[in-house]
Amino acid sequence: MNFNFKYMFEIIPELLTYVPVTLYIAIASMIIAIIIAIFLSLILVNRIPVLHQLALVYISFFRGTPPLVQLLMIYFGLPQLLPSFNSITAMTAAILAFSLNVSAYLAEIFRAGLESVDKGQAEAALTTGMTYSQALRSIILPQAARNAIPATGNTFLGLLKNTSLAFTIGVTELLAQGKLLATATLHFFEAYMAVALIYWGLTALYSWLQSWYEKKISKAYVREI
Amino acid sequence: MIKVSNLKKSYKNNQVLKDISFHVDEGEVVAIIGPSGSGKSTLLRCLNFLENPNEGHIEIGGVSVDTTKAAKKEIHQLRLQTSMVFQHYNLFKNITALKNVSHPLRVTKKLDKKKAEAIGRHLLEQVGLSNKADHYPISLSGGQQQRVGIARALAVNPNAILFDEPTSSLDPEWVGEVLRVISGIADKDKTMIIVTHEMNFAREVADRVIFMDDGSIVEQGTPEEVFDSPANDRTKRFLRDYQRQITGKADNKNERFAIV
Repeated sequence: MNFNFKYMFEIIPELLTYVPVTLYIAIASMIIAIIIAIFLSLILVNRIPVLHQLALVYISFFRGTPPLVQLLMIYFGLPQLLPSFNSITAMTAAILAFSLNVSAYLAEIFRAGLESVDKGQAEAALTTGMTYSQALRSIILPQAARNAIPATGNTFLGLLKNTSLAFTIGVTELLAQGKLLATATLHFFEAYMAVALIYWGLTALYSWLQSWYEKKISKAYVREI
Repeated sequence: MIKVSNLKKSYKNNQVLKDISFHVDEGEVVAIIGPSGSGKSTLLRCLNFLENPNEGHIEIGGVSVDTTKAAKKEIHQLRLQTSMVFQHYNLFKNITALKNVSHPLRVTKKLDKKKAEAIGRHLLEQVGLSNKADHYPISLSGGQQQRVGIARALAVNPNAILFDEPTSSLDPEWVGEVLRVISGIADKDKTMIIVTHEMNFAREVADRVIFMDDGSIVEQGTPEEVFDSPANDRTKRFLRDYQRQITGKADNKNERFAIV
């Protein structure tokens, strides 16, 4: 067996310098996706005519087509359609594609989260004189968020791994650098294994953070003895 | 204070409220009684537009709304006139007992945290829960949750408080404490409408009793008039059934005790 452990560990520090790029794509896309998804889920829950149907088509499309196809469509296809996108960078295209893709998944998760909040919570808020949007902000969304966090976390893990697709349009992130090293030295397995280990480390760290956070925000819902 | 005229409400083909008209004077405590499904709760929930009436006119504390063409703003103004105590308490699950009372004040009256929490603590003390201020709803018993619910309803200092079967989902052991708190408020000249199944409580606390059946007000009067000498046959039957059910329960208990 020809496997060079030493090489694998040697290139890890160099690969780690690309982790910020990967995290930047993942976190920026996640934030934009969350904002889009909040609006989409409110449209779904309140069944706002026309927008409701449009939201359903949007969700169906972005969940029903491969993220790689969406990425290529946005990076190569959009400038052809709309000339103002001519100067779109690969990084921006990647963040845009992942935001749209993830928002479709999150919209359904948030919808379920909102619907899991007892109707009585909103009613009580209204009877104390709050408006619906005030009730939403301080009473309903916090409870919906708590219900939605486990599934949202899963989606983020998926996104973190999917950012590797960005290398196909030329973004030099973690996988792109790994591929570069692999072809330069012909240590394919070592280089990709090192990349895999770093993704694994990131997702494990994130999972740990999430379970800590879930415990923290569950305080209100655990009976004191 | 409260004036309702020709209020109608249907769900599809099922008419739940058939042309209801009544009024409540300032400081008056009105109990609404009647069989399940008679429209009592729906009537109460129409007063703050938790249910949209189909027709009719509602006037509370100077705000008057034609329900056929009520704008969002009017509905909000109408809601500000009342507050509500719910059968299932509906405490905000994500915040503490104190915040349940103080948070609406901060949002709706723009009070600062200190002022709102001072009012909150004062009201929690009134309902006997000063020591539970920092507990979340899940850590409170049903009776305690309902008392927080009452404090929350009092906090916004509305023109009237609506009670929607405030003791119906409580274990029997907690009913007494909640009824005592409500009686305490009733003595303070608060305008209140109470939908209840507790006849003895209605008799004790109400200035006037309204008996509803099948979406209509069948009879109303002082507790003595309605309970002791009801004029309508349906009222008589309802009260007789209620009495039988209460004593029936007692008999069952005795039997079971006898067997043991």
